Order: sequence, then structure tokens, then C-alpha cells
Amino acid sequence: MELTDYTIVENNRIAKDVLRLRLRCVAQREPPRPGQFVNLKIDGCYLRRPISVCDWDDCGGLTLLYKVVGEGTAKLARHLPGESLNILTGLGNGYTICAQAKRPVLLGGGVGAPPLYGLAKALVRAGQRPLAILGFNTAEEVFYRNEFAALCETKITTADGSLGQKGFVTHALKAAEDYDALYACGPEAMLRAVYHQMPPLAAGQAQFSFERRMGCGFGACMVCSCRTVAGYKRICMDGPVLTREEIVW
Amino acid sequence: MVDLRVSLSGVELQNPVIPASGCFGFGQEFRAFYDIDMLGSFSFKGTTSAPRFGNELPRVAECEAGMLNSVGLQNPGIDAVLAEELPRLKEHFHQPLIANISGFSIEEYAACCEKIDRCDQVGIIELNISCPNVHGGGLAFGADPDCAARVTAACKRVSGKPLYVKLSPNVTDIAAIAKACESAGADGLSLINTLLGMRIDLKTRRPLLANKMGGFSGPAVFPVALRMVWQVYEAVRIPIIGMGGVSSAGDVIEMMLAGAAAVQVGAANLVNPYACKEIIERLPMEMERLGIASLREIVGQAH
Repeated sequence: MELTDYTIVENNRIAKDVLRLRLRCVAQREPPRPGQFVNLKIDGCYLRRPISVCDWDDCGGLTLLYKVVGEGTAKLARHLPGESLNILTGLGNGYTICAQAKRPVLLGGGVGAPPLYGLAKALVRAGQRPLAILGFNTAEEVFYRNEFAALCETKITTADGSLGQKGFVTHALKAAEDYDALYACGPEAMLRAVYHQMPPLAAGQAQFSFERRMGCGFGACMVCSCRTVAGYKRICMDGPVLTREEIVW
Repeated sequence: MVDLRVSLSGVELQNPVIPASGCFGFGQEFRAFYDIDMLGSFSFKGTTSAPRFGNELPRVAECEAGMLNSVGLQNPGIDAVLAEELPRLKEHFHQPLIANISGFSIEEYAACCEKIDRCDQVGIIELNISCPNVHGGGLAFGADPDCAARVTAACKRVSGKPLYVKLSPNVTDIAAIAKACESAGADGLSLINTLLGMRIDLKTRRPLLANKMGGFSGPAVFPVALRMVWQVYEAVRIPIIGMGGVSSAGDVIEMMLAGAAAVQVGAANLVNPYACKEIIERLPMEMERLGIASLREIVGQAH
């Protein structure tokens, strides 16, 4: 965990209500693990805003994709390149890459997709052959289709059928065969549906990333607690990624 | 050289800066950021006799210059705190701790105090009779002078450590509660706990917090807290730990001028994990700028 000032390189709309925020930092930073998040201080908001890390480079650069959903993200969207943001980095456990897996499936729902991009890169580097299934409501909300496709086999679903397969990620998951690991991030209803639909995998091979309203983002305030099989956990510190075996549903 | 040392009922602190209960866990999370041994003390997460999960989520909301929480005293229970948290802290924290104790009955408060009394790491017991987020406990004791006095007296009987009672601002006359606690044997007072507040989600048209209401804290409450510290200072002779929206070295000095012998920092720690470190490092410069040689000397000077 580090508290650092970053400079905005880009803060542009890439789909309906979705922006890409690229940041650079003067000092060399420890690269994040796939699935980790950062907590941004936005002028005019008292609490920081947790946003997952989509991508990063070796020079301390970070890419975040975020959706404008409320006051905080609306304020963030008005920031311009060259401006500075104070960011707490390296938060959360992130995904644990299952080393034995060969054919992992990545399931992203809406703005749940961004952390899976950094994960897909890491999986490809580890010699695995991921399949990405990304679900959106409608074509104008789709983002990073080409970026994912450049890395791995990618399937798009839209609820209204305006792009890719009509339906939800769970529909596309039914057609996916022989996957030996599963990484998911998206709305809780999607995670729950995936949890109930998926075939049993070896322990730890199915990992779900959760979103919660947070206070601090580093485990101190207990506002993002959840009940798990292994007792109470803090989504910010002990999560946001929980294994299928830990989840109580 | 300026003198940052302060004293609370004979417990000597190297400086007056104390992270407030509920904003600092049991200290471990902040060790990743700085050496917590530089703090004057810290008040650990409100502890009850049995483990508690607390309230349903969402437990947090925001407003201009502040936040609301409805955690509801999530804690591992007094036995786990004594067996696990405090031993784990021993290596890294050598200052006298403040043990924040909560309960749902006078017996529960007293039982926790009795257990904590045997712990050498604890310098002061802080009795939380002002949690706004639990029903039938906490604030129920803090809103009535007689109840506040009864729980204070019961805990005083079973503990030899200085007993500070943490007061709620959600009362008509905080001075009356303060006097009742003093008469019942309290060695000091901590104030203020959070103000009861709420937010409503405009889209769902429902309260934003699952518990509907929550405790409001952050810089927005500082003037209210300062006013109450001022009023209580006029009403009692026992030391006061002042808190509520404190975010800077200037706020610490202002609280002390109002009558606080030491100062707690709450919400600021959640936004900036270095908040207390930065305040402690800034204090000597602020004191020099303002011509303050010793912090002890300014307590209540604004009166």
C-alpha cells in the first residue's frame, strides 16, 4: 500500500458512461496484482473512491476504467490531463493465479470487466489460454472488446442482443467447455448466478471479485464486512476476491 | 524545543494525538503506513463481551465534509481482544492504550472492565455509552444522566484504571450527563461520539444505510464538538479528551484551548492513513508559530 500523487495522462469516454483514466507517476511503483484496486481522492468528496486496476506498465503507469454512477465518479470524469490525483494504491488481495490451470474462463459484467483485462494479460504470460466472456446491457456500453480479443478468445453478450450473443454471461458460460478455472467480476446478481450454475472445480479455482461501499479501503473501518464460511471478512482487505468455497449464498 | 507531553489522570502521553475508536482497528492496518509507536495512545475498536458482526450493509454514506457510518460495534469480543489482538500489538506499540468498552447491560460493561483491568498494556478504559448504531445499548445509557451514572459507578467498582466515559452529542444537555458521570466516579470524559444522521438515496427513495440512521463524523462536526468540549469543561473538573472532526494540528490546538487535555482523531484516519503522523509532525511547528511552549499549559485557555 502506498499513498502517491499521480498525474492524469488521459480521462476519456470509451463507451456510454464509461471512461478510461490513464495515470502516470514520477517514482517507480510496485506493480499491482491482477484484481487489486486503488482508492482515489476526488476534490469535493470526503471519502476516497475505490476503483479496480485494469492495466499497468513497468514505469508506474496505471489504467483504470470506471463508470459514472454518482457524484464522485461524475466529478472524476471532469478531471483533465495534467491534473493530479492523490491515490492509495496496492489495495486488496487480488486474484490468485491458478498455476495448474490451462483453460481459465473470465466472466465480466459491465464495469466488472476491467480487472479481468490485467488478469488476462497475466494468464497469457503464464502460458494459459483464457476465454473471456464479457456481458453488457447494450452495444453502446461495450468497451475493451478489441483489447481483450487481442489477448485471448473473447465472447460478448448483450442483454438486448445489439452486439454479440443475446443474453447474459451465464448463457455464454453454458456453451463454454473444459474450463478448469473461473475468475468473475460483476454485479452481485451475476456473480450469484455464475456461482449456482458453474460445475464444481478444484478448491480455489473459482474466484469472485466483490464490490462494496467502503470507508477506508485498507481494513480499518469495518464498513465493508461480509460473512464467509471462514468467518467475517473485509471486502477491502481480505477481498475483494473470495474463492467459491468461502462464499455464503 | 516545544513540549508535546500531556497527562490524563496520571497517565503520561508523549503527545496528545490519539486515533479514535472505530477508526484505527487494533492498530495493525496502520503499521503498514508508519510506526504507530509515535502516537500518544490509541483507542481500540469498541469491544463487547461477545463477538459481534454488527449491522447489515451498506454501513457507510457520505456528505459534504464528512461521513456517516452504521457499523454497529463489529468486534471479535473481549476474550479474543485480550488473547489475540493485544499480544499481537505488544511488539509494536509501547504507549498506554485506551480500551474502548461497550455493552448492552450494566453487567456486560462491568464484566468487560473487570477483564481489561488486568491488562498492563491498557492505561485508560473508555466507556462507550454513546454508540448511535446499536439498539438497546450504547446510546441508551448515554442519553440519560441516571443511567450514565449507574453504568459509570458499576465499572468504577471493578476497575482500578482511570475510567473515561465517552459521551454522546445526541442529547439536549451534555453538561448534565457529564456532571452525572463525574459524580458517579468517572476519572475523565471523552467527547463527542458521532452525531445521529441519515441520507436517502434519490434513485431508490430509501435510506442509504441499511440501519437507516448512522453516526455522522468528519470535519463538518468540528464546531459542534468544540462547543460541547467548551460546555463540559465549564461544568466538570475532570480531564476531557476532545474529539469530533479533528483533522489538523490547528484543530488539536483549538480543541485543547476549548478544554481538552488530549485529542482524538477519527474519520481523518480513513481518508488519509497518515493523518495522525502528519498532525504529530506538524504540531511543533504550529506551536512555535503560535508561541506555545507546552501543550499542557493551553488546556482550557480560551475560557
